Amino acid sequence: MTTRIVELRRGILKKNDELAAGLRERYAAAGVLVLNLVSSPGSGKTAFLEWTLTELRKRGARVAALVGDLETDNDARRLASSGAPVRQINTHGICHLDAEMIGKHIESWEGVKLGGLDYLFIENVGNLVCPSSYDLGEAIRVVLLSVTEGEDKPLKYPAMFNSADAAVITKMDLAVPCGFDRWAALKNINEIRPGIRIFETSVKTGVGMEEWLAYLEQKRIGQGA
Amino acid sequence: MHELSIVSSVVDTVTESLAAYPGARVKEVRLRVGALASVVRESLEFCYGIATDGTPLEGSRLVVNVLPVVMHCVPCGQDVTLEGVQSFRCPQCGDPCSDLRQGRELEIDSIEIEEADEVKI
Repeated sequence: MTTRIVELRRGILKKNDELAAGLRERYAAAGVLVLNLVSSPGSGKTAFLEWTLTELRKRGARVAALVGDLETDNDARRLASSGAPVRQINTHGICHLDAEMIGKHIESWEGVKLGGLDYLFIENVGNLVCPSSYDLGEAIRVVLLSVTEGEDKPLKYPAMFNSADAAVITKMDLAVPCGFDRWAALKNINEIRPGIRIFETSVKTGVGMEEWLAYLEQKRIGQGA
Repeated sequence: MHELSIVSSVVDTVTESLAAYPGARVKEVRLRVGALASVVRESLEFCYGIATDGTPLEGSRLVVNVLPVVMHCVPCGQDVTLEGVQSFRCPQCGDPCSDLRQGRELEIDSIEIEEADEVKI
């Protein structure tokens, strides 16, 4: 018997990375700004997205959303009340969305073409671990953190917070009753992802939401330039 | 949570690569996993036994080499290795770093195989 070392040097998620790169090219060619929203379950992703879709539509933007969940189409039905086209992706136990799922749903989405959109939002499965490994071709990865979760979430999930392009603190209207330590939260986010853009928001009071919309607009225009 | 699908992908890739070495037996599979790759070494090892069952990798050893995070520090003008993943600051000058150079790797480095010796006629 002869022992031999074979160098493979192969990315384990190479297939996903290649599909994501293809999607990224398609998004750019279509001029659509794609955002991937990640957070733990219950952080308020759906309420935040519902507000965003509704408000962007009021301002004449063409928006759509893909929403990932293990089971149920509850979120898609909630988001559809904004009037925007929404498609539910049920992963049936898989803890993240991947580029293949996104590609398939875009291909088979009747009445929705990437070229006809200004923004496409992807609401990932509520999970702060696994989705960080899967590139969906997005231009911007947004991590959400609610005031009810604790200020040390960024330290507990550094891989996700470090991979994000923007951070949104949600449910700021509950900050006082929850004893939310705002400075600690901002410090922890900055410790893991120095210089990241942070939005402190509440869809109940509307605080921080204008800044968020202005950011989206600026990024969309920047992408087309 | 997604370690089983990661390991299944490793099994597929290694099995494909064995086509060039007929009759070979896999002894060891070596992975390079960045400290920010969101996978847990123990979970990978646990799943490995399950995923390799009944495949050409059955009975082989999984070696997970965890790579620390390396950032580029602008003021220092060099790449610096972080001790952990709790603070993204240069260990030398204390400045925040946002330019990641290593730490998200998730790859198969190499495999060790045992080939049957050619039969001499």
